[in-house]
Amino acid sequence: MRKAAKIVTVIIFVFLYVPMMVLAVASFNKGADISVFKGFTFAQYKALFEDNVLLPLLLNSVIVAVVSALLSTALGTAAAMGIHRMGKRARRLAMGVTNIPLTNPEIVTGVSLALLFAFVGTMLKIKNVLGFVTLLIAHITFNLPYVILSVMPKLRQMDPNLTEAAMDLGCTLVKAFFKVVIHEIMPGIISGALRAFTMSLDDFVISYFVYGPTFVTLPVEIYNYTKKPLHPKIYALFTLLFIVILLVMVLMNVLQARDARQRREIAPLRKKVRQ
Amino acid sequence: MKNKFLAGPYLVWMALFTIIPLVIVLYFALTDSVTGRFTLSNLAAMKDYLPIFLRSIWLAAISSIICLILGYPVAWCIAQTGPKVQRFLYMLVMLPMCISFLLRTLAWVAILEDTGMINSLLGRIGISPLPLIRTNGAVILGMVYNYLPYMIMPLYTVIIKIDPRLVEAAQDLGCDHAQVFGKVTLPLSVPGIVSGITMVFVPAVSTFYISQKLGSSGTTLIGDVIESQFKTAYNPNLGAAMSLVLMILIFICIGLMNRFTGDDDEVMTL
Repeated sequence: MRKAAKIVTVIIFVFLYVPMMVLAVASFNKGADISVFKGFTFAQYKALFEDNVLLPLLLNSVIVAVVSALLSTALGTAAAMGIHRMGKRARRLAMGVTNIPLTNPEIVTGVSLALLFAFVGTMLKIKNVLGFVTLLIAHITFNLPYVILSVMPKLRQMDPNLTEAAMDLGCTLVKAFFKVVIHEIMPGIISGALRAFTMSLDDFVISYFVYGPTFVTLPVEIYNYTKKPLHPKIYALFTLLFIVILLVMVLMNVLQARDARQRREIAPLRKKVRQ
Repeated sequence: MKNKFLAGPYLVWMALFTIIPLVIVLYFALTDSVTGRFTLSNLAAMKDYLPIFLRSIWLAAISSIICLILGYPVAWCIAQTGPKVQRFLYMLVMLPMCISFLLRTLAWVAILEDTGMINSLLGRIGISPLPLIRTNGAVILGMVYNYLPYMIMPLYTVIIKIDPRLVEAAQDLGCDHAQVFGKVTLPLSVPGIVSGITMVFVPAVSTFYISQKLGSSGTTLIGDVIESQFKTAYNPNLGAAMSLVLMILIFICIGLMNRFTGDDDEVMTL
């Protein structure tokens, strides 16, 4: 049984990565047809860097991802701390609200926000209400629950006496947060922010319903592209993004490993202190 | 402690951008697109779309089950390795989720299409092209491919938490491998199974890109219809009614699923 499970695992990893390999190989293909390899070339990468449509759109995606990740991390971390302190009833309610965007299908979230923006647009008599701001609002909204779910476990792991100790030693609540609490929950904040960033960078479904012609992101453009034949330079872009995301994930991995190690080293010390 | 008010801005945000939009969906679903008056005709129109609803549920359910069958051994295998390898494999599972699912789905088009990779390979050994793309099978393949990681992650999270002493105890009491699995490991994985099925089923039942690219007019899903109501046919009232029905349907499914876990102790591992 163990062997069978291993074989299935190997096959599944191949299954998950073959399509990506197909795209990566296509980025070095001389021909435009993805399924016929006509020889090796870097021409697609050259075309990509000379392109003046895709790269600005990638920049748009990065801007939305960075801004929405920062704002949702700040708002979400504060929220997690508030929820952590709530009574049982209020916490249930708050977590229930947090679960709505997580369980709702993306298309429903997208459609509901599109209707809200259209509604507000007609109320305030703004034409073309859709644009950067609506996109940003939507991204913050779907990022928030992920930040909260990353930070909450770290708050639960934290020794509640730490804040009080800091305050006994003369810190205000705010000072105690920046001197003590933030260091304890940092791994959660970082992983929440990174998750928000990657979710936002790659979001298509929700963005598709709330983007405006003044501010288009890369996934939306790829969708609009795919109605026509695709230019192979897009495969070059995919390959580069793959490498970037791989590096980010390796970095996250190293950070997590370090966090786990520190936790193991500190745990006995803490026990001693408590005794 | 005063700092429970820290959640205030967040709750206001969620009220404005999650709750109110859903109320607006409800409002649109219950009003006429021309007169703006209250009507049930949008909801009544749902019966014309019943076959599409049923097809969406059917394809998403099959995909969820395939994901479970394929994902379980993978999650189990990852959980058996050492901590370093575990982290690396977990990363490999997560990685595809972070990169353009549009392009990855498009890669499947290149693999499956009539002049695609599989068919040109078959052609070389003298087999005439198979109709791979624009079938239900292709849509299911696309769903399984895109959402399998969402199954593996929660399964892995629960399997890793199973106390190895329980497995040992079962072995000491005379269980063979199959019995240990059936009596200990599997029952303890139920929260992960429920969470995984939810996380595959919800995006699969509401997808529109996968069915557009890998399916045909015969595999139109509910997501396709909603998308077209907002983007081409422009009847947001009908689209809102469909979104509402889809949402209620999913909440019922999740409610039923959570019955299996009993305690709703934040099973969502994502």
